[in-house]
Amino acid sequence: MLSQLIFLYCALVIISTALLAVRFHNPVYSVLSVLVLFFHIAGLYLLLNAEFLAAIQIIVYAGGILILYLFVLFLVNLRQEIKSQRFVAHHRLSTVVSIILGLSLLAIIPYFKLGAKGNYPVARIEQLTHTKAIAMELYSTFILPFELAGLILLIAVVGGLVLARNDKEETADDVRDSTATATPEVQK
Amino acid sequence: MIPLSWYMVLATILFSIGIYGFLVRRNIIIMFLSIELMLNAVNLNLVAMSHYLDSLRGQSFILFIITVAAAEAAIGLGLVIVLFRNKKTVYVDHINELKG
Repeated sequence: MLSQLIFLYCALVIISTALLAVRFHNPVYSVLSVLVLFFHIAGLYLLLNAEFLAAIQIIVYAGGILILYLFVLFLVNLRQEIKSQRFVAHHRLSTVVSIILGLSLLAIIPYFKLGAKGNYPVARIEQLTHTKAIAMELYSTFILPFELAGLILLIAVVGGLVLARNDKEETADDVRDSTATATPEVQK
Repeated sequence: MIPLSWYMVLATILFSIGIYGFLVRRNIIIMFLSIELMLNAVNLNLVAMSHYLDSLRGQSFILFIITVAAAEAAIGLGLVIVLFRNKKTVYVDHINELKG
């Protein structure tokens, strides 16, 4: 009964903050309401006995990704955003499309059937502790995807550095070099 | 005990809100934020299902989803910075050079 109340509270906060996040004028408010949403999703993970994933959710999503969003928001022009139009021109059509999609997905849910049970019941996870159980699964069954995840992160780091680098000085140097090499030829 | 369908309904509603935000907003940063909402809806579904299936497959899959989400945020926001540096706009309907 208590867990159902906690679920309903978390669900209410998640849905309302998600709606606020896509409707706020100011993008900073949107990011902050998504922060609240991530905390409540971590609460639902705790309700599902997944405490390691709840910690990862708060550390990586709330602590890492959202801070990145806030920094990028401060780099672009906020004052113009608050005054200008929030939505694209055909937003009524998009609203209808997303409502139809949501209703059809909801209509499919009653036909869902659970598959065969795995070999990690709740009692065994509680005995092993969740972190150790997920590490055993990750480092035995999913060792190759785990290495590939590291590779993806490496590519993201290199790509982010290359994209965010301001190479205006370099181009200025290139122009100067080309003019320096070009002018003697002209003089000849 | 909470039935699994409650989690699935919540994840579906969150996913639809993410789709709505992605289709409706002009600001490309809020569009990325809507993608994060959709990824979180899928994560919630995976955790709930793997809990009710007595399995850890879904929960270990989530670590990979979070990895890809972090990589996507880093690369996508880098692209937004480059876009703003070159075109001085973050609105998707101002980016129409290829329009005939």
